[in-house]
Amino acid sequence: MLTFLALAAVAFLGTVPQQSQSIVIYTGWERHALVGSDVRLSCSFFSWRWTSDDVTFSWTFRPDGSRDSISIFHYTGGAAYLDNKGPFRDRVEFVGNPARRDGSIVLKNLDFNDNGTFTCDAKNPPDIVGRPSSVRLLVFENVPIQAGVITGAIIGVVLGLLVLIVVIYYLMRFLVARRVFNLSVSKHGKKKKEGSQQRQGPAASAEPAKASSDKKKQESRKDKK
Amino acid sequence: MLLILLGVLVLHLIILVLLFVSTAANAWTVGGTSSQDLWYSCLTINGGYHCKPASNEDWIQAVQALMVLSVLFCFFSLIAFLYQLFRLVKGGRFFFTAVFQILASLFVMCGAIIYTVMVPDGGAGTSFGYAYVLAWVAFPLSLISGLIYIILRKRE
Repeated sequence: MLTFLALAAVAFLGTVPQQSQSIVIYTGWERHALVGSDVRLSCSFFSWRWTSDDVTFSWTFRPDGSRDSISIFHYTGGAAYLDNKGPFRDRVEFVGNPARRDGSIVLKNLDFNDNGTFTCDAKNPPDIVGRPSSVRLLVFENVPIQAGVITGAIIGVVLGLLVLIVVIYYLMRFLVARRVFNLSVSKHGKKKKEGSQQRQGPAASAEPAKASSDKKKQESRKDKK
Repeated sequence: MLLILLGVLVLHLIILVLLFVSTAANAWTVGGTSSQDLWYSCLTINGGYHCKPASNEDWIQAVQALMVLSVLFCFFSLIAFLYQLFRLVKGGRFFFTAVFQILASLFVMCGAIIYTVMVPDGGAGTSFGYAYVLAWVAFPLSLISGLIYIILRKRE
């Protein structure tokens, strides 16, 4: 039974359609860069086979608005061949590691004419069936605002205002309550004084002191106004 | 009274769910195999589902912020409602709840309006998706809910 299952599994794997054994190439989706700066275009692939010595990478460039692509980089037979006649002459550098399935290149000193689509095609013989992957390069004069900066700013400001309003509200309530409490205490104190006139000594000295301090406060407030 | 409170609470929860789905789903503009905004632009090609972050233009970020704020304020309104339900004096109005709910409806309205005005023409085959519709549905519902809270009085 077990041998039958094993044989069936092997037979099934053997008849797996060729599509699942194709090479899969990964590049980024979009790259943003400033004029005059350098940008690294990464390209890597996944293949069911071991990386062979005949692995090849090639990069082609299609400018925005054009329908023609030109080849700007090719790696084959263990050597990298850079663009020596086209728009990227002396501006391409190979920074990949073919043994690690990495075929990345660096473009230097970018210009607005470099806006376009870069396509990486990798082949790992005998695994050569695959779809090339493209990355779009956008060259800016100044870096556009990052995703989420404005979002975070708006949310932060509104929540901050909310917290501020709540704090001010409770502070006002607390201050008003304290003022009301002080007034009621002074009223209560006066009533006590009228009620028991024998105990004038300490109370009398406390009351005028408090009254004078209140008067001083009022005068200072009037001065401020 | 209990029935009214239950109905109002259910309405509030429905609004919260609508706002949350509208904010989180990437379906403000759909067309054939693509769906995009507010957070990702996704495309289904040959069985593969590729997503990239939505364009980081100012207006999309503003819509993102307003939708997130509306969800937060609706949630705060729910908390305030539950708090005031147990702590309010008899005959008092649900003032804080109403304020937060109306602010939430305001934010949804602003977000939906900004999106409607600024969305670029996607070309043939694209139209507004369900998340956009949910945002516009949530706006009058939350406004009505806020007004109900203003009128509602706590009775025993």
